[in-house]
Parts: sequence; C-alpha cells; structure tokens
Amino acid sequence: MFICVNWSYNLGVFTKVGGQMKIGVPRALLYYKYFPLWDAFFSELGAEVVLSPQTNKRILNLGTEAAENEVCLPVKVFYGHVLSLKDKVNALFVPRIVSVEGGAYTCPKFLGLPDMIRALDVDLPQIISPTFDLKLGLWEFYRSVYELGGFFTKNVFKIIMAFQKGLNKLNSFENLLHDGHLLNEALTGRFSPAPRGPLRIGVVGHPYNIFDSYVSMNLIERLQKKDIRVLTAEMVSPEIINEIVSNLQKKLFWTYEKDVVGAVFHWLDTRAVDGIIYVLSFACGPDSLIQILIEHEAKEKGFSVPIMPIVIDEHSGEAGLVTRLEAFTDMISRKAVKEKS
Amino acid sequence: MKITFPHMGTLDIILSDLFTRLDVDFVLPPKTTTKAINLGVKYAPEFACFPLKVTIGNLIEGLEAGADAVVMVGGIGPCRFGFYAEIQNKILHDMGYDFEMITLEPPMADIKDFARKCKKIASKKTLWQILQAVRIVWKKAVAIDEVEREVLKRRAFEKNSRDTTVAHKKGLAVLKEAITPYEIKEAREKALSLINEVEKDLRRCPLKIGIVGEFYALLEPYVNFDIEEYLGQKGIYLERAVYLTDWMGPSKKNSVMGIDSDELAKAAKPYLSHFVGGEGQTTVGHIVKFAEEGFDGVIQLLPFTCMPEIIAKSVLPKICKELDIPVLTLIIDEQTGRAGVITRLEAFIDLLWNRRKKKLSAVGC
Ligand code: SF4
Ligand code: SF4
Repeated sequence: MFICVNWSYNLGVFTKVGGQMKIGVPRALLYYKYFPLWDAFFSELGAEVVLSPQTNKRILNLGTEAAENEVCLPVKVFYGHVLSLKDKVNALFVPRIVSVEGGAYTCPKFLGLPDMIRALDVDLPQIISPTFDLKLGLWEFYRSVYELGGFFTKNVFKIIMAFQKGLNKLNSFENLLHDGHLLNEALTGRFSPAPRGPLRIGVVGHPYNIFDSYVSMNLIERLQKKDIRVLTAEMVSPEIINEIVSNLQKKLFWTYEKDVVGAVFHWLDTRAVDGIIYVLSFACGPDSLIQILIEHEAKEKGFSVPIMPIVIDEHSGEAGLVTRLEAFTDMISRKAVKEKS
Repeated sequence: MKITFPHMGTLDIILSDLFTRLDVDFVLPPKTTTKAINLGVKYAPEFACFPLKVTIGNLIEGLEAGADAVVMVGGIGPCRFGFYAEIQNKILHDMGYDFEMITLEPPMADIKDFARKCKKIASKKTLWQILQAVRIVWKKAVAIDEVEREVLKRRAFEKNSRDTTVAHKKGLAVLKEAITPYEIKEAREKALSLINEVEKDLRRCPLKIGIVGEFYALLEPYVNFDIEEYLGQKGIYLERAVYLTDWMGPSKKNSVMGIDSDELAKAAKPYLSHFVGGEGQTTVGHIVKFAEEGFDGVIQLLPFTCMPEIIAKSVLPKICKELDIPVLTLIIDEQTGRAGVITRLEAFIDLLWNRRKKKLSAVGC
C-alpha cells in the first residue's frame, strides 16, 4: 500500500521534471566506496548522473562556511560538494547508509547526513535519501532499493536489473582494488605505472580523506614521487581483514574502521610494509578510539613497523606535511638499509 | 577483588548501596575534580570525547586507591560509548596497571554472559539475591532522580538563596540511609517535603529553560560547571532531558523525565528522522517539546567532538527558525573555562528576558 502511494508521488516528480532527470552525486564521503554501483544504477534507469568536480578551495570554503564548526572535515567537504551541485541538478542523492552488514554501523554522521543537509539554509533541489540498513535484513534492504528505483520507473524488473548491474560494476571495481590498484585509479579507470622502489608504505584511513587529493594534499602522489610503493587497506583481502577483526576482544561496530584495523594489524603481523601512515580526520569520532587499538597492538608487537599518524583538518598546511613525510621516509629507509646489512 | 567504577552524577550513591547489599568489596574514586580531568586528558587520545577522558581519570584514581577490578557498561554502537570499556582497558593496561575489566554488555545481546558477569561481581550472592537487590536499589535511584527533578523546578522560587540546595542535601542524606522498600518510600516523601517546605515566593514568573544534550555532560555537575545550580540561583525554572534512571532503564517509558522515547523520536522526526546514536535524536525531540510547551529557551551541552550532539547541532538552525526558540550550545572539554561559560549564560539570560518583554508588550501587557 505504502509503496503504491509512493509510486504515484514519484511518477509525479519524474514527469514534472520532464525529459532526462539529472541526479547529482557529491564527490565526497561514500562516493569513494559505492560510486560505481550508484552510477550504473541511475544510468540504467535513464537518469543522467552529475558528479561534482574534484574538491578544490572553493568547495572546501563553501562547506566550512555552511557547516557547524565542530563537524568533521569530510562532512564539511560533503556540504561543499552539495552546495556546488545544487543548481545544476533536479535532485541530489544523499543516501542514509546506516549499516552495510549485520551487527555494525557505518558512522553516526552517515545516519544523520540527509537531515543535516536538509537543515542547510539554502534552496536545495529535491533530496533523494533512501535509508539503507542491512541490520534490518535483506528484505528491508531491497525495499529501499525498490523505493529508490521508484523515482525513475515503476517497473520492478527494470529496477532489479539496474541494481544487479550496479552490483556487478561494484564487484569489478572492488576486484581491481584487491588486485592492488589504487582506489582513485580504479574509480577513474586511468591507471599509471606503480613505482618499483624497494620501500613500501601502507597508507590507511578513510578513503574520502586519502583519495581526495585536495584534502590529503596529494599524500599518495608525494610518496610515489619518491619511488615508494603505496599499499592501502583496500588491497588487503576481505577474508584476512575479517579474520583479524573477528579475533578482537571487543567486536568493532563501525564497518569502515574494520578495514583500518584489519590492514594495520595484518601489516604489523606480516611486516608487509616498511612503514604505516595513518590518516585521521580532526574530530573524527571512530578514528580517535581506533588509534588506541592500533597503538596498543603496535606496542605488543614491539613496534615492528613504524607508524605515523597524520591528522588533517581545514587548516592543515602543506609545509608541515612535507616536512613530516620527509622525516618519516628518511627514517624508514635508514631502518631498511640497517636491517639488510 | 576490589572493584572501582567511574563517576556519573549520583551513580556513586546508587552503586555503593548496591555493592554494600551484595557484599562486594569496592573503592570509590575521589569525586571528579580537575585532578581526575588532568589525568584523563594526559592519557586519553586527544580527540576522544570528553567523558572518556574524565572517566579514565576517575579509573586511574580508583586503581591508585587500591582497586584491582573495574566495572563498566559496554554497548553496540553507533556512538563511541559502546567502545569506552575496551579503550579504557587498553590505555590503563598500557600504563602498567594490573586489573580486571568487567564489562557488562547489554543483556539483550547475551543474557548468559550478563548473568555470568553479575555473578563475578557479586560472587557471594546468588543470581536471585542479586536481582532482588537491584530491584530495591532501583527504587531508590528513581526516588533520587525524582527529588532532583523537583529541585530543578523549585529553586527558581526560593526566597533565600541556597535553601533548596541545603534541603536537597538533607533529602539525599535521608534517602541514602533507607534500606527496605518501605523505608525508601518514606525517605522519598520526606525528601520531597523538605524541598516543598523551603520558603518560596510564588509571585515570581521565572524564565523557563530546558537543558538537553549528551547524557554524561548532563548528569555530571563537575563537568557541566554545575550550571543547573547556577541557573537556579538566577531564578530560572529548569527541566532536564535526561535522568540517570531514565537513561539506564531498558524501557522506553522515561518515568522521571516524563516523555516516552517513541514520542520524542516522533517530535524529532521533521528535523532528524533517524536515530544517530547517543542522545542525538532525543536532544532534538526535547527541543521541539520544550518549544511546544512554551519554554523561553534551551541549553544544549555538547562534549567536544561528540558525534550525535554535533548532528543535533547541525539541524538546530532549522528548528530555531521554525519554532522560534533560542538554543545556546555549550561545548565542553578540558579547555572550557567556567568564566567563559558564565558570561555566555548571562548573555543568554538577558536575551531571553528581552524576548519575553517584547512578547508581553506585543500582547499589550
Ligand atoms: S567516520 Fe569520522 S570522518 Fe568519517 S564521517 Fe564519521 S566522524 Fe566524520
Ligand atoms: S554521546 Fe557523544 S560524548 Fe557521549 S560517548 Fe557518544 S560520542 Fe562520546
């Protein structure tokens, strides 16, 4: 019954817009996780997907001005992308992704995101914000998918096919990651040859920090320029990560932090990297606690691999980053030479 | 085994009572002061939410006082509270303390584990005895909260400054001594009448302010600069969103504060339509309710970096605009100074009085 009501309502939206619907996707936060899925799904249903540009100074400023001061940087960046997109599209896609597996959440901020965006004091296009909560089971999940598809068509079959296609795309994207490609390359399809130097550095943190080159101040490129091979958490296989986190004393209830913990513990165990850089957002809730888990584990393992935390916020300066990277890479290359001889 | 636990409002009174009944050996950390806060700040991660820092300070002091076990509650997210015990455990062990962490995870998740841990804490008693003791102490805890609620409301009318506070202290002392359910009932009546007997000036028409925010910041007076006492002295009628027993109780009915959780979620819905952990949605719901009930303003307590409260704060501009209610957000951490808080409170009170005057002159009074 509820769904039928929605249909007519949604059809109304669609016909009012007329022609092809332009749906805006902010290039921020979970874009870095699920864009291939969303892109394929919307395109398949006949919408035009409009992506905001790469983060730049203007976008960041828009975001920091609109958001409350205490909000973490990635959410501010998200605000900026929303504001830069709002006049170019008929609707904005701001999903409420509550949980993507049983027994764990994403981050509280993702639970409140659509409401936070709606509270902005500007004219916004329609916000499409389906709730995805896998804790409630697959049935509810597919209901949300169906509801989302309902914005474009009432053909159930078409929605399911589009979603399936999206899942396939997501799968091949994730396979590229597990094969050792960097996330931004796998997303854009532009691959560059990886450095071949002897040093390997693992870079962990939220993908929306690491792979947003404006936010991370080109961290990865900087390392690669020094001929350092960069490994990220996405390259560690999910089986390994799952096994590691299932052995934790207390179950982690934030899905994306599992990747961070799993990758770091794995690297500490296998010494697969010469150093680890942990990128944290200033004022990030989960990060602040995960840092302790990591430090504790490193201590127990006798600090076998050096770890450097880098905290970024809107005031982070490039100069500081450069100096710290310099010092860190010098230190690990000296250590590597010493260990060899 | 000697148990310790962190402070949170009147939790120490309640747990001391329970542990005494159950013959548990325990040691109370000294009341939260700057010392505990400084210790916590030193050893907790920089961006941890403030309650984690303070409670780590408490636990360090408890362990220094001879405890060799810590009792904490756990949780299943999404806010950080559920992970506190684990992090405290790691930090304190890394500091070199030798102790056992007993984390009571929510019984809904694993009732057997819960029972096992209860037995571990109160090893001399049977589960049945534990249950009975909890039931009685719970009554006392509710009574303590009810008395507190009255204090917040009535302080605004007291003729002589601090009379209500003195009566509150006396009332608590009576309640503390009560043992049987009957005595608790008597003590509750006695405490309430003590507060009732304070000389009042009922002609006053005080400002009404609601206090909302993260539960720990609401419940621990040292952390919130005892703003309730301060505002009460200034002649302001207060209502608070969260009471200890409402927060701890498993039911959705919040008997002390008076509004059930579903109703709050419904009130919050136009502004925050999903729960976000912690008190996020409750805070929003309460602000809406306070606005509907004609309160003059609301104060939100937000521990620095607290996720749920930041989300609530982010939707505030819309609420304030649509419901025309001023909200003052106080961000609390180790760097917050009392003087600054007081200045902001004074300015807020002035603002509310001016609004009240304008409203009155608008209707021709
Ligand atoms: S995980 Fe951290 S950085 Fe990401 S949205 Fe949540 S608080 Fe912000
Ligand atoms: S509610 Fe806020 S301050 Fe309290 S534990 Fe959760 S994140 Fe921390």
